[in-house]
Amino acid sequence: MKLQTATRLGLYAVLELARDPTRTLSAADLADRFGVSTHSLAKVLGTLSAAGLVQGGRGASGGYRFTGNRRRITLMDIVALFEPAPGNRAKEAGEDTEIGAALQRILTEIDEIAEATLRSVSLETLLGSSHVG
Amino acid sequence: MVAIRPAQATDLTAISALDARLTGSDKPDYWRERFAPDRHFLVAETARGALAGFIAGEIRAWEFGQPAAGWVFAIQVDPKTRLKGVGSALFEALAARFKAQGVTRVRTLVDRKDHLILSFFRAQGMTAGPSLQLDKELP
Repeated sequence: MKLQTATRLGLYAVLELARDPTRTLSAADLADRFGVSTHSLAKVLGTLSAAGLVQGGRGASGGYRFTGNRRRITLMDIVALFEPAPGNRAKEAGEDTEIGAALQRILTEIDEIAEATLRSVSLETLLGSSHVG
Repeated sequence: MVAIRPAQATDLTAISALDARLTGSDKPDYWRERFAPDRHFLVAETARGALAGFIAGEIRAWEFGQPAAGWVFAIQVDPKTRLKGVGSALFEALAARFKAQGVTRVRTLVDRKDHLILSFFRAQGMTAGPSLQLDKELP
């Protein structure tokens, strides 16, 4: 499964901050950790902040901390902030043909399994199983 | 805290009632059959002797070509006692019994739209297994 860069960064940032909710890290700290530009990470943190998952900011040196519930928030909650919802997907060319519709049924089947998987893994479960929490 | 013990015939009414309340389908005959001696059926009991939850499973070998594994067929926890580790205690007790019988894998099937139970099994460290379930509506 291919996630957009912003989605991946969103997951990295939330998981990194959720490891220790008392800790504050700036966009620059996080960008450094994942080897990306502060600009792209600041944008992602803005989205996470608007969703109430992190708090803080104010400038490049402003610190962010995790403000969600590790047990309640799943990977899907973060993915959904950055990826288009399956139902809101724009129709692809050829999808109205018989072959296009048959192919789309298979792709939807894959999406449903991927979504069920992302929705079943809480931040707590992921951080606990990878021994990074 | 709850105590985990093997289910007895006298628990059947409470098990059946809890399941019917949570799933909306009453199936006492199904639960009675789960009591076979080669199957595992455990209940969690509160200090006051009320049913807090149950788990049912058995070891199956070569089903669908797979070597022996402990299957979890059902787990239910009374919503009143949820988030207190009852489900985890039941799961661990069943897993210990499977291990004592020499089995090193535990397996189950879950409705992929049932996020609550999927998350529960994930939190127990379970991941996608080696099989894919396939299905077809017969014309």
